[in-house]
Amino acid sequence: MSALLEVESVSKAFGGVQANKDISLMVPEGSIVGLIGPNGSGKTTLFSSIVGQYPIDNGSIRFEGEEISRLRVPQIARLGLLRTFQQTRIYGQMTCMQNMIISASVRKRGFGEMFHGQHDPAVSKHAEDMLEFVGLYEKRLLRAGSLSFGQQKLLEFAMALMNEPRLLMLDEPTAGINPTLINGLIDRLKRANAQFGITLFVIEHNMRVIMNLAEHIYCLAHGELLAAGTPDQIRNDPNVLDAYLGAH
Amino acid sequence: MNVPVRKLVGYAALLAFGVAAPYLFPAYHSQLAELWLFVVFALTWDLVGGQMGYNSFGNVLFIGVGTYACAVVQVGLFYNVANYTSSDGGDLTIYVFDATQFLTGLAVGLPVAAVVAGLVAIVFGSAVLGMRGHYFAICTLGLGVAAGQIAAGWDWIGAGGGMSSPNTPASLGDVTVLLYYLAFGLAVLTFIMIRALLSTRFGLALNAIRDDEDKAEAMGLPTIYIKVTAWAMAAVMLGISGGILGNLKRFIDPIDVAFAGETYGVWMVLMAILGGKGTLWGPVIGATVFQVLKEVFWTYLLGWQRVALGLMIVVIVVFFPQGILGWAREKFPEWFGHRIDRSRTGETAREPAE
Repeated sequence: MSALLEVESVSKAFGGVQANKDISLMVPEGSIVGLIGPNGSGKTTLFSSIVGQYPIDNGSIRFEGEEISRLRVPQIARLGLLRTFQQTRIYGQMTCMQNMIISASVRKRGFGEMFHGQHDPAVSKHAEDMLEFVGLYEKRLLRAGSLSFGQQKLLEFAMALMNEPRLLMLDEPTAGINPTLINGLIDRLKRANAQFGITLFVIEHNMRVIMNLAEHIYCLAHGELLAAGTPDQIRNDPNVLDAYLGAH
Repeated sequence: MNVPVRKLVGYAALLAFGVAAPYLFPAYHSQLAELWLFVVFALTWDLVGGQMGYNSFGNVLFIGVGTYACAVVQVGLFYNVANYTSSDGGDLTIYVFDATQFLTGLAVGLPVAAVVAGLVAIVFGSAVLGMRGHYFAICTLGLGVAAGQIAAGWDWIGAGGGMSSPNTPASLGDVTVLLYYLAFGLAVLTFIMIRALLSTRFGLALNAIRDDEDKAEAMGLPTIYIKVTAWAMAAVMLGISGGILGNLKRFIDPIDVAFAGETYGVWMVLMAILGGKGTLWGPVIGATVFQVLKEVFWTYLLGWQRVALGLMIVVIVVFFPQGILGWAREKFPEWFGHRIDRSRTGETAREPAE
């Protein structure tokens, strides 16, 4: 498996706070990789650095072998590297369908296509399919802001799928979701990976979810890479247990 | 009657009213022309302020640039502009424009006004539209004020003394009627443009930026190009409206007519809010209601007209922040293609269909 995303010795500080220190990791094409760590360990900062939101202090980030650490957020997104947010973000005053339609991949379109009609049958069909996939088809004409938090989370996931990314980075996809829905979500994440060929890089606090989902897991603590390995290796790593249970 | 037919009849009736209005109300030509200019102000303000969520207090910049650009072309095609503007000070030369010269001046001046205003929007937009929220609002406010001050200090265009619009030739009769139809045509054109724009992906992109710009960026939308394009489109229409305004007012004062932030700059925001921000018809309705009220205040409350207008602004902003159509959209979402799930009970209780 070739590397889709390579992060090499990335550091990022906010003033005196070292949020990420010398982090290296790799996400192979077609895989599902997990990122765990206690609160404040720098997971979301790392995500934001990768997608170009924060300029990194040093190190290198390569996507499909190309350096992206100097590109801006929309440019990186158009390469096919997308992230969802921990605090769910959708376009609240627009309907679910409108949310989906405007999320259709910009990568394959020029700026001129901005002036094409909203009701392209192929795009609408794709949008409906993806809403169906996450179980929101019946809600498609509702204002997205009127959905419950869990539904908004699913909508955000569907919008990301609509964009047809190569790599999708999910920041706590199950946080705030009704526990009865979590199994369904894990299943959908796996299907997105297998059916649509989307590589996943997932931040997750729910251990049961991440152990089920990921093939390879990285663990951060205090901004540094603490451990890496298969779910079993991580589960039994004493350093990881210490970091979570606070044996320092 | 089904809905499309009813809509068609509605549009036809409005068009017919617009065409017939100067004959129905012969005493109000300039007020009616001003009404259509207000419709353009409110519609274009709302494209950026309502649909895209960037509240600009500096759109008078484009009106003013258009006003001067058009006047300078109208004069400059036939006379030396510097001599023309300095003659206001007492030089007794009378600058005469015959019908052909006047019409040629307008025909060339208005497109030039459009282009210049559009370019100004692209240049300043690229810098200013990087700011958000209040910062953007304050910055645009500054742009409008600064432009007025620069115009007031620039001798070539008459500086603080202002610049007269070209004298209208007697052979053309009442030019106000011509200007009325130009303003009416511009309002219709602007409405059609915005209506078409909102049905494209571009329209959705504007709404996406309004709802969550960070998300739009993270989804790969080229937000800065979208924002500048929208502002430039608004500016082109405002530039033309400025050209018409200058001729309608007959005299271009840099601060009271061209870059009139205190009046047009505030009013256009108010009209959009009164009618309903972020709706297609809201600005049109808002502009109409506003212009009628304003004229009523000026006619019946003379001396207190500014007080009445100020009170109205306070009442609108405090009690009707959503505007006429915004209120209707809340009450009757079905009219606007929205559906509200009245059966929803908090979280989804069951597993969504597989």
